Amino acid sequence: MDDLLQEFIAETRETLEALSGEIVLWEASPADRARLDAIFRFVHTVKGSCSFLDLPRLGRLAHAAEDVLAAVRDGRRVPDTGLVSAVLAIVDRIGELTEAIAGGLPLDGMADDLLIAALAEDARPATAAGTSDTAAAQARVAASSVRLGVDLLDRMMIGMSEMVLARNELARRLREHELDPRVEGALERLSLTVGEMRDTVTRTRMQRISALFAALPRMVRDTATSLGKIVTLDIEGADVELDREMIELLRDPLVHIIRNAVDHGIESPVERRAAGKVESGHLLVVARQTGNQIVLEIGDDGRGIDVDRLVEKARLAGLHSERRLGSMSDGERLDLIFEPGLSSRDAVTSISGRGVGMDVVRANIERIGGRVALRNRPGRGLTIELQVPLTLSIIPTILVAVGEQRFALPRQSIEEIVALRGHAVRVDALGDAMVATVRGRRLPMVELDTLLGIPDAQITAIAIVATRDGHYALGIGEVLDTEELVVKPVAPAVMASGLYAGQTLPDNGRPLLLLDGAGVAAAAGLRFMPAAQAAATHADAQIAGITALLFDDLDGMRRAVPLAAVDRVETVSCGAVRRTGGRLHLSLEETVIPVVAVGELPMTGRVAVVRLTDGCSEYGYLVEEAQEIVALPAEIAPASGRPGIAGVAMIGGEQVELIDVHALFAGELAPPAARPLCLLQCDGSGWMETFLRPVLEAAGYRCATRLGEGEVAGVTLTLADEAAPAATGAPILQLSRQPGARGIYRYDRAALIAAVAATMEARA
Amino acid sequence: MTELFLIVSIAGRWVALPATEVKSAVDISGIVAVPRAPAAVRGLAALRSRVVTVIDTAVSLGGPPTEPVTRAVIAEVQGHHYALLIDALDDVFALERQPLSPGLGMEGQWTACATGIVEREGEPLLVLDLSCLVPSGLAQAA
Repeated sequence: MDDLLQEFIAETRETLEALSGEIVLWEASPADRARLDAIFRFVHTVKGSCSFLDLPRLGRLAHAAEDVLAAVRDGRRVPDTGLVSAVLAIVDRIGELTEAIAGGLPLDGMADDLLIAALAEDARPATAAGTSDTAAAQARVAASSVRLGVDLLDRMMIGMSEMVLARNELARRLREHELDPRVEGALERLSLTVGEMRDTVTRTRMQRISALFAALPRMVRDTATSLGKIVTLDIEGADVELDREMIELLRDPLVHIIRNAVDHGIESPVERRAAGKVESGHLLVVARQTGNQIVLEIGDDGRGIDVDRLVEKARLAGLHSERRLGSMSDGERLDLIFEPGLSSRDAVTSISGRGVGMDVVRANIERIGGRVALRNRPGRGLTIELQVPLTLSIIPTILVAVGEQRFALPRQSIEEIVALRGHAVRVDALGDAMVATVRGRRLPMVELDTLLGIPDAQITAIAIVATRDGHYALGIGEVLDTEELVVKPVAPAVMASGLYAGQTLPDNGRPLLLLDGAGVAAAAGLRFMPAAQAAATHADAQIAGITALLFDDLDGMRRAVPLAAVDRVETVSCGAVRRTGGRLHLSLEETVIPVVAVGELPMTGRVAVVRLTDGCSEYGYLVEEAQEIVALPAEIAPASGRPGIAGVAMIGGEQVELIDVHALFAGELAPPAARPLCLLQCDGSGWMETFLRPVLEAAGYRCATRLGEGEVAGVTLTLADEAAPAATGAPILQLSRQPGARGIYRYDRAALIAAVAATMEARA
Repeated sequence: MTELFLIVSIAGRWVALPATEVKSAVDISGIVAVPRAPAAVRGLAALRSRVVTVIDTAVSLGGPPTEPVTRAVIAEVQGHHYALLIDALDDVFALERQPLSPGLGMEGQWTACATGIVEREGEPLLVLDLSCLVPSGLAQAA
């Protein structure tokens, strides 16, 4: 509200100054319609602002004057000298009151009534003299701010950019010759000043983001009311500053997202109650600055995005092939919300869903060099994160060279740059396409020199570029530098090539083109095919088209592991595998890596080890024998309750368990010692087998109703009133049928699992 | 009524450019290529702290590329600055613009760019519209 008041004061002062001439002229010729209109507009504006800012005294004055002036305009009253003086007295008074507000000074309100009374038709000329005396006593508070047109600021900014470029050119030209130290000193001082000036000028374009947030509470309230919902709004970080142009460009996307959140995200009070939430929905808008980025988060606690429905709608709309939809990762499925013509909601309401969707939001944000990210919590809400640069014109870039040519890449879109020399990257040709594998992540690759037809270029590094549709590897010559550049639009003919986002003149005086990451991908014909994407989400076993290594495990089972995770297979001496530090390790020539063995290790001889890597760390998986490399089918049945197994696939008519390499690297895969046997003492009712067994297996135990040859149970479970179990040497855990009876109540899952674990541990 | 015309040589022919459309004539060097841009876009060049798009006028007019690249005239078309390559520069003359002679059988882009005729010392010269020489984004996209 303070900002608005300041603005009102500044505006009133300014108009009053401009109006003073008009007032004098109107006094001279009261019939002058143009002057009358100018004054009428002024009091009208003041009246409007006053009701908004809750300034009743000013409002009353302005209102009275407006009434009279309206009467004059309609010809109901004649602007005689008395009326003119009375109106002018009120205008003066408005000025005094404004100054008083600005200075926080009290001002006697007695005179107001006199002034208003003087406006009456039969009033005698007002004794305005009395009031102007008090006015004179009020010290005018020096104005601490001036109002400037935005285009003036823009011109200043453009001029500033030109100055930076001119400075660069000057520096360059001077460096061509032997430099006089005095000239160098002067140049340095100039550089410093120009740099500071640029920061200052950039700041003049800054505005608090509260300008964007001010309208939100009302909008949320109105939208929610019209939908019969209750929504509370919290705003954080309203004092973050960013480019005023940026604020304008953010306005529409923000409004759209918030309307969406209220309309689609937050449920009706009834639904919320049914879902066990409080009736009123909550919306949180947070702005914060990180480096030269502004992050805007809009989070609701509504129903989130129903990804399955979204996929179904995409299927119905025919936006993607069945195969493509089936092979999408979770992130890609969620990103379907950005597809044109897809809304997560079926009903179109007047609030949103008017054909403007998240695709437009994303396009708008990306146009200003920003990014949109989603954090979906199904049933619990959705958070949309907008990341935008502080200003439009100065963009942090990475300068790269390809052959003789240099380009700038927006730093924003580059995830990382990897040298090709290292072991972390390999580049392969798949048909006529290139694929780069970076630490197990397979990315479509575009060689910049080939794409742009640049001769004699050597690709030595790849930049991983993030675009709206996916990531790809861009082969580049070398990385030269990072630089903040004043970027300007390219000519339409150049723009039409679709590859460039702008041009700039860096210090060396050679024009530089800013590459558009998404444009390069489009020009290279990347369509982000499923196969490439499957590999991108490496080790995600549920995706079709990936290959796996088939092997016989130590426990005799046939299993498979995604090939992308396999570094190599080798045989090692069994003696090299040792239980150290609480788990199995394999000592290799130089290092020691953790290994997993699912079955009994042979004591002597040699054992095959599949060495797995995620690019950073390494794991060994001991196997009986590696068999062959197979393509995994599209359909993989999920495995439940089997830690370490991602699913079961049909390979060659045989069921094959697929190793969950993710769990393995996360350290979740239970070593064999933690998967001991539970002997179930059955009573014929089948309770043990049908009820208890899945619970125990889900907890990572094996279960048996009778011990096989040579098997040793870790614990024997029995129901309380059963006959004493046969002696197996294993501790007995008794389960009671009723709560409170001796033993563990059989439906107290937590206690049961804990007791089994404790017994196992005690035994170990 | 006479207008000022700058007489230059483009694609081996002397033509007249309305002097009001030309900002300056400059020596041009250090052109940075713009890969995958239309053939008429020779590249980018720096001109007094400003980046200009260099247009090979000979290519615009359907001919072979201009060689060697030495001089250019600077013009602003729709807010963008262009350097239009020329072979040689004569001078500025005050001349009277005449309509195109009927029945002139010109080829390709010459037809589109020619807006009239001026006569310099008895020699007729085509008046070219500079903005026509600049390839537009739309034409390429189509």
